Amino acid sequence: MSGTPIEKMSGRGVYVAGNDIDTDRIIPARYLTCVTFDELGPALFYDVRFNEDGSSKDHILDDPRHAGAEILISDDNFGCGSSREHAPQAILRFGLKAVIADSFAEIFHGNCTTLGVPCVVMAFEERKELAELVGADPTLDIIIDLEHLQVICANKVFKISVKDSVREAFLNATYDPLDTLLAGRDAIDAVAARLGYSAIP
Amino acid sequence: MGKNLYQKVWDNHVVQQLDTGQYQLFIALHLIHEVTSPQAFGMLEDKKLKVAYPKRTFATVDHIIPTDSQVRPLADDMAEKMIQVLSDSTRAHGIEFFAPASGAQGIVHVVGPELGLTQPGMTICCGDSHTSTHGAFGCISLGIGTSQVRDVLASQTLAMDPLKVRRIRVEGQLQPGVTAKDVILHIIHILGVNGGVGFAYEYAGSVIDNMSMEERMTVCNMSIEGGARCGYVNPDATTYEYLRGRERVPGGDQFDQAVERWQGYASDFDAQYDDEVVIDANDIRPTVTWGVTPGQAISIEENLPDPDKVDGLERNLITDALDYMQLTGNQPIKGTKIDVAFIGSCTNGRLSDFQAVASVIKGRKVALHVRAIAVPGSEKVDKEVRKLGLHKVFEEAGFEWRLPGCSMCLAMNPDKLIGDEVCASSSNRNFIGRQGSPTGRTILMSPVMVAAAAIEGQVADAREVFNFTGEVA
Ligand code: SF4
Repeated sequence: MSGTPIEKMSGRGVYVAGNDIDTDRIIPARYLTCVTFDELGPALFYDVRFNEDGSSKDHILDDPRHAGAEILISDDNFGCGSSREHAPQAILRFGLKAVIADSFAEIFHGNCTTLGVPCVVMAFEERKELAELVGADPTLDIIIDLEHLQVICANKVFKISVKDSVREAFLNATYDPLDTLLAGRDAIDAVAARLGYSAIP
Repeated sequence: MGKNLYQKVWDNHVVQQLDTGQYQLFIALHLIHEVTSPQAFGMLEDKKLKVAYPKRTFATVDHIIPTDSQVRPLADDMAEKMIQVLSDSTRAHGIEFFAPASGAQGIVHVVGPELGLTQPGMTICCGDSHTSTHGAFGCISLGIGTSQVRDVLASQTLAMDPLKVRRIRVEGQLQPGVTAKDVILHIIHILGVNGGVGFAYEYAGSVIDNMSMEERMTVCNMSIEGGARCGYVNPDATTYEYLRGRERVPGGDQFDQAVERWQGYASDFDAQYDDEVVIDANDIRPTVTWGVTPGQAISIEENLPDPDKVDGLERNLITDALDYMQLTGNQPIKGTKIDVAFIGSCTNGRLSDFQAVASVIKGRKVALHVRAIAVPGSEKVDKEVRKLGLHKVFEEAGFEWRLPGCSMCLAMNPDKLIGDEVCASSSNRNFIGRQGSPTGRTILMSPVMVAAAAIEGQVADAREVFNFTGEVA
């Protein structure tokens, strides 16, 4: 297996407001000139967090009350735009380990899953309430329970949804699918042979 | 009951169902570039894995390559390193690399089709969201992340959930001066930037049927801007004629056999869809964006939205976008001053785009305060343009004619906006900071609309500027 099962996780939250937050905003293109993802953490949301002279814009991610937060909360269509895996990589390397939002763009969602970062969908009203709770008291612990499809915070239970196959993958530790894919080598070669796909001229 | 193209191509390429319920899908064509792929080779090496089908992956450089001079080593050390890693990795793994000055380099989504690598019925992927472009040929074409690039390199397969299919029929006839770009901006405006999440879009109807391959590519290119992972057009005579004689397409009898096979992939007349939307071509005008998502668009005849007329979240979204763009609600978009004009990108950087613009800017001049650049999508496009002498038309009008690359579509090469400059752009994204300045402002539009804006120095209606009265497809 490629990782450890992810059934439950917990941590403090931080709410980054906004619909349609695109991957260009999550990680500006100039940080994509890299041949490994190792250094991306500090560049997360860079242009939203810092002025051009490097001074802080006092973004919520830099609010000391939220220091050490591990669960990112946002609004609708999070992670739209470019397919850059640099975006989830930056989120992960910044120290965040899950995202809760109203909805996610697909490629971003897939990239996060492979990295073991759950993208958890919560209905608008509940998600709003969760964001307000966390905003009022940043020390609150958020528990994400993928097995029972719920989030618990301040003794309240919030319903969540996660695609079946993704939930399976987290519970079975197959969210990084590479080993599973490689195990099908003979079947792969059979499909290639059937389709006449050995090489393109 | 018949099947649609998506289902046929999917069924044909499924290897097996996985324990998670996902499917393992064989990938017919894998394209890679210097930004999202070098890291994948590192991941392979960490796991001591080899590339499974090196002859089904092709590499090019596009995002970071400068468009003024491509002499190596590049001035930007990191950019140079990324090209070098891609070049070394492809050589080590037996993958063909279309290097600068090879005659085949260009934007990955321009290169695949023009070489004939992109063929009907294929599953195609690339670590780039605009891979949806290739769907114009009747393919399932998916943008993927770097870990998935690794998966495809190592196994030539992906783990995928099947998508639903929405047929979007654009029926009727486009008015003069309305282009494929306006069609897709209109569609995204109507269905929303996340309206396509979970769907593949099948574009159909008489307007799409009558489009050239390059126009269909423009439409499919921006599927992802509507939230759809992929978009496609059923292959037809236009598709086959485009592919006939291309470098990587079989010739002679083999071509005829291929066409027969390709025809079989088209959606059956009684195919089922999960959803259907019909759009009247008559409703489509030259369309421009005014905000910070491609869905924030209006026709050139309309006024900007008025935040006072809506409530709640919608109101905040409009206010924020107008503030960022330094625009006032309820005013016309027409007449907005521009600083930069950009024609190029994988949306509109093909020969027909430059031909359309050249035919209208001949004998005219770009406004004095406008910095105008035209950037071919590939070395082949550049060569064709030069053969026809069109680059001269651009230069005489006051455009700079550049070398091929992504250029000002995104901020990974020296072509960038400065400060809060406004750019009339033929590219596909108007996100905050997309064109290289954190305060830069992008207005998306068709190439002829960019040309009109460049000449007038402000957002203008190309139909008025260029007297479009005849039939313009
Ligand atoms: S032209 Fe723009 S959208 Fe197309 S591949 Fe290049 S950067 Fe991406």
